[in-house]
Amino acid sequence: MSESSLVPTLEVVENGEPTVFRIHGRHVGDGIYQGAITFFAVCIPLLVALIAVEIAIAGWPTFRHFGLSFLTSSDWDPVKKRFGAAPAIYGTLVSSAIALLLATPLALGVSVFLSEFAPHWLRQPVGFLVDLLAAIPSVVYGLWGIFVLLPLLRDPVMPFLRDTLGLGNTPFFSGPAYGPSMLAAGIILAIMVLPYIASVSREVLLAVPRAQREAAMALGATRWEAIWRAVLPYAKSGIIGGVILGLGRALGETMAVTMLIGNRQEISASLFAPGYTMASLIANEFSEASSDAHLSALMAVGFTLFVITIVVNAIARWLVWRVSRSASGQAA
Amino acid sequence: MKQRFTRVLIAGVIACAASAVGAPAQGGGADLTGAGSSFAYPIYSKWASIYAQKTGVKVNYQSIGSSGGIRQLSEQTVDFGASDGPMTDEQMAKAKGGPILHIPTVLGAVSITYNLPSVKQPLRLTGVVLANIYLGKVTKWNDPSIRALNPGVSLPGSDILVVHRSDGSGTTYIFTDYLAAVSSDWASGPGKGQALSWPVGLGGKGSEGVTGQVKQTPGAIGYVELSYATANHLPVALIKNAAGQWVAPTIEGVTEAAAAAAARLPATSDFRISIVNAPGRAAYPISSFTWILLYKNPANATKGKQLVDFLRWALHDGEKEAPSLEYAPLPPKMVAMLDKRLNDINLAAH
Repeated sequence: MSESSLVPTLEVVENGEPTVFRIHGRHVGDGIYQGAITFFAVCIPLLVALIAVEIAIAGWPTFRHFGLSFLTSSDWDPVKKRFGAAPAIYGTLVSSAIALLLATPLALGVSVFLSEFAPHWLRQPVGFLVDLLAAIPSVVYGLWGIFVLLPLLRDPVMPFLRDTLGLGNTPFFSGPAYGPSMLAAGIILAIMVLPYIASVSREVLLAVPRAQREAAMALGATRWEAIWRAVLPYAKSGIIGGVILGLGRALGETMAVTMLIGNRQEISASLFAPGYTMASLIANEFSEASSDAHLSALMAVGFTLFVITIVVNAIARWLVWRVSRSASGQAA
Repeated sequence: MKQRFTRVLIAGVIACAASAVGAPAQGGGADLTGAGSSFAYPIYSKWASIYAQKTGVKVNYQSIGSSGGIRQLSEQTVDFGASDGPMTDEQMAKAKGGPILHIPTVLGAVSITYNLPSVKQPLRLTGVVLANIYLGKVTKWNDPSIRALNPGVSLPGSDILVVHRSDGSGTTYIFTDYLAAVSSDWASGPGKGQALSWPVGLGGKGSEGVTGQVKQTPGAIGYVELSYATANHLPVALIKNAAGQWVAPTIEGVTEAAAAAAARLPATSDFRISIVNAPGRAAYPISSFTWILLYKNPANATKGKQLVDFLRWALHDGEKEAPSLEYAPLPPKMVAMLDKRLNDINLAAH
């Protein structure tokens, strides 16, 4: 199995620097190999940069013409060529937030159960089924949403929340219950991001050393306390990483959301009201954008989505970094 | 993990850009390539398959949407474009290959569908009332303006849920073209277009999205193309036409609208005409042509000749296929006019 046996002339050269391995007669191949690898590695960031630049250039006329009001105005009128993306930006952020709010506890529950409580024979099948959620095409989620989720929301879920629980008195659950709504989009996104969070969390929890649990138990902790105080904090940064992965999916998801959110250019506090997302807006209007101004506005929406994704991910990255630092700080 | 999303975004953007912003169409060994209207895709693809069997000339048609078709024709990446709305003067001026001809091929119509379980006979609506519903001025089914049109019908007092297409579409163009023609409030307000700013209502993705929403919600009203309403046996409203008659959306009613419009068409017309609210007793008012667009001076004379031959065949033999796919065929007078117009195409090599 040893690799070196295949290359008989392996030689170690000490340069005073870290050890350098050099294989006789393979310098040229090495050079090509390194060049190719570097080329590929550089390609990806270049591609990202190129796309950002291209979208920015295409969207520039819109940014120049509307300025900041492009981000703050709710007036999206392709006929009169007035474009304000505020409802779509709001909808993207709110639907993703609802999705994470619903999916994170569920996913955490599933992964804690699978890693700590489930008997061995149950782990594989349940884990597999949860992962399977990620394999369902988005349009199928959309169809399921139209035919199952929306009727359920219309009656009984929305009337129950609004009237029976009396949440209709708050601005968040008021108004008519038609079905397509920010809530419907949030729920479908929650189901779609759940496998990502659950699967990452499960792997992270399984990687927590046994000693961590045993030490907590030895100190007299109950099983609950051991998980809550010893296992989860250890896995915290990994779990947050899983949540970020889910967030990425939620921000960019297009088809299922378009089918369920009601596609209305309006900012409403009520989760029962229809809304819009940036990805849906692009998907809906790109193919039939007839004027250059409309096309440019959609490109500007794309660029805004690009920037928001990068900013949200940067914040999340920073969060992981801070959590893992404070965790190691505690351990030390 | 974040790259994953970015990658998905990139893939999406590339896919969109490639399909819509003028990447060359993949001919796949085809003799003629065309792109545009998804509304007309069923009939164009049927024509293409029959024509290939008959003559061996392959026509590759991609349904990428009317605006995409116009853009690709303007960039000269396809031999012909197809659109549900005529090109604007501004768009025509930008086309790289010179003057463009509009050739109407078949007609489509938009049906008004609704969900009122208690109403057994077809609902009757005028264009103005329809516009007021879509403007959010009429919000209840038992509004006096609707009751006056439907004497003896027990209309519920429930809210009207307005449903429209969320994706840009030729169907929306025809529907709003009609509303703008009959209601000055609509013309000066939302206006007409493939996508626009709707005063009220929910947006459903595609005809299936609109239909799903209307079917599931009592009190909902929506619009879908005629073929879709017929195939799915949706209840459709009778619309009062310009002659004061109540007409249901049918193929005959649509052809009648075209015939009435064709009768007053000057011989020099460029065929960029709207036939919404057309005169004629049996004319269905929410009707429209769909067009094939081509250059008057084709860059490649051989292809130009092939295209003209194909269009001639389509206008004569191809039209017979239209009713089986729920499109209305052109009235004979119009076919004769178009025959003459095809002679204008300059097939000399240059």
